[in-house]
Amino acid sequence: MKHDRSDGAESTPPAAPTEAVRPTRSRGDYADWVRRNGVYAALALLVVLNLVFTDNFASEQVLRLQLVQVTPVLIVALGMALVIGTEGIDLSVGAVMALAAAIVPLYIGYGAPAAIGLGLLAGVATGLVAGVLVAKVGVQPIVATLGIMVAGRGLANLIGGEIKTIRDPDLIYLGSQGIGRVPFTVIVAFALALVVSFVVRKTTYGRQLVAVGGNKRAAALAGIRVKRVLVVTYVICGLLAAVAGVLLAARSQASDPTKLGLLVELSAITAVVIGGTPLSGGQVRILGTVAGALLIQLINATLIFHDIADSTAQMIQAAIVVAAVYVQIGRRKAAS
Amino acid sequence: MTTVANPPAPAPAAPARRRAQAARLVQRQGALVILVGLALIATFSFDSFGTSGNLRSILLQSSFLAVIALGMTFVIMTGGIDLSVGSVFALGGVLAAWGSQHSVLLALVLPLAVGSTIGLVQGVIIAKGGLPPFIVTLAGLLLARGLLLALTDEGSSTYKVPAGSGFRDLAQGRLLGVAFPVWFVIILFLLGGLILRRTSFGASVLAIGGQEDAAALMGLRVARTKIVTYVVSGFLAALSGVLIASYTSSGVTILGVGTELEAISAVVLGGTLLTGGAGTVLGTLVGVLLLQVIKNVINQIGSLDSDWQAVVSGTILLVVVTVQQYLSRVERR
Repeated sequence: MKHDRSDGAESTPPAAPTEAVRPTRSRGDYADWVRRNGVYAALALLVVLNLVFTDNFASEQVLRLQLVQVTPVLIVALGMALVIGTEGIDLSVGAVMALAAAIVPLYIGYGAPAAIGLGLLAGVATGLVAGVLVAKVGVQPIVATLGIMVAGRGLANLIGGEIKTIRDPDLIYLGSQGIGRVPFTVIVAFALALVVSFVVRKTTYGRQLVAVGGNKRAAALAGIRVKRVLVVTYVICGLLAAVAGVLLAARSQASDPTKLGLLVELSAITAVVIGGTPLSGGQVRILGTVAGALLIQLINATLIFHDIADSTAQMIQAAIVVAAVYVQIGRRKAAS
Repeated sequence: MTTVANPPAPAPAAPARRRAQAARLVQRQGALVILVGLALIATFSFDSFGTSGNLRSILLQSSFLAVIALGMTFVIMTGGIDLSVGSVFALGGVLAAWGSQHSVLLALVLPLAVGSTIGLVQGVIIAKGGLPPFIVTLAGLLLARGLLLALTDEGSSTYKVPAGSGFRDLAQGRLLGVAFPVWFVIILFLLGGLILRRTSFGASVLAIGGQEDAAALMGLRVARTKIVTYVVSGFLAALSGVLIASYTSSGVTILGVGTELEAISAVVLGGTLLTGGAGTVLGTLVGVLLLQVIKNVINQIGSLDSDWQAVVSGTILLVVVTVQQYLSRVERR
């Protein structure tokens, strides 16, 4: 069931002429506009509202804190966007973050680069397991990554144990310093967003990924090595989750495997979907995903600025998620 | 899920068919084989495992997840998923404990009504609105947890079931030496099996999961059937919450985090395909018991950290689905 609605998505071919057949052309255009730009509009609106109603919102401190706090979800969401682009899903990202962060303090004795490298390797390994299970064995992505999520969190707790503080000066430098006033973690996150965006738009792999997500059989008939593309995608997703985990450990100068990355998969999936990447695959919108992650962060922050209770905040988020997804796909499905 | 084209299969010869049948048997009963094997090994390895006290505690502790997983089975059979059950379970427990301070009836009706309503809303949005179940029930997870926090002063107050309240007997009582929650599970699973195999609703559930478009063309009421499965799932999750509130005599606010994943694991272990259209409720029960026995065995091995439980459960899930996948290919051949 692929709707080939290309509508200027970052990485799909130009719009198909069959679009013109739709009877409610103008309404369709409007819905398209909302779907493509809704996340940016919502983000802009929320920034304006905060500028008006929140004291001290327009300060460098607030801005920096928001950017620092969004980095883990943002980085994880980049990988998630790729996986969702292949019509998959990855529930294991939070556990992978915890696993990578748990490994870092264990091997910090060999120096920060070695410890970070091993942490990232854990992400590659779990991504490889997920990719092989999904691509070669044919397990559903949600089940494969669910198993890894449960086992990975257990493993992180086993090797990480209780909260470990990290005292390595290199790692602390990475987590707390920056270039000028911009922290390294933020720089890394946005650099990764640029790289992933470039990969999706300009590389063969990016094209293949979108083709695989659009229609696996057609992609296979066109000579694309579907399984390899899938495995690579899950490996990238695992690697990015590990990066997020290591950066978070460096920033907090500690690793708490029971808490770190908990439920981040849900935030990341929400960011991707709000950003306009459909769960049915075949499109990847990286800029939208970045905006989606920023939007979620800003919603949370706004609720905190105004002392809204956690309970209310969660219910508001629930409503926003459903509304956003309805805007993304509701009309199309309802019409059919 | 990998839709690599299969060449049209030739008509299966007799031996091939027999092999396919054997494969199907193992695929459906794989969890049972592991469960029996594990239980046998545990009985011979640990003196305390086979005692009636331990077996009873395994059954009792499984019953809360079993009730939730039964509802999940129906949802997954239609090709859906319900991530909200863990939160609804916790919310049900808190509502029951709060209600028990007023009357036993309120302690029963309120949580079940709220759970069913959450299921109804989710079902309508999914079936009529056409939104993906994953996202809608994810929102349901947040909503139910938010309601719970709102009811409990942001999770800081715990409602207690009054001492001497008849509500405590619901889960703390026994009949013929078997705890009430276990009887609940037996009755509910018998009912669930009957509904699935002997009623037109059950047939619709499996048909919709098998192929939704075909089911709709046959005149089955797809939307209504789906909505009912989400209502049942919400109802059963809340019922499980009622039972745990009665059992612990309080509304514990931190319960149910990750329970939805345990329930999904149990269903998948039990041989129900996540793509829908196939499965048994008995398989789900086996899946639940397997998860609980793993927990119990790891507790028996005193030297092992309880974190191993997650590692083993996750690994077994992956192994079982891999074998299932492999066997279903043999079956198709």
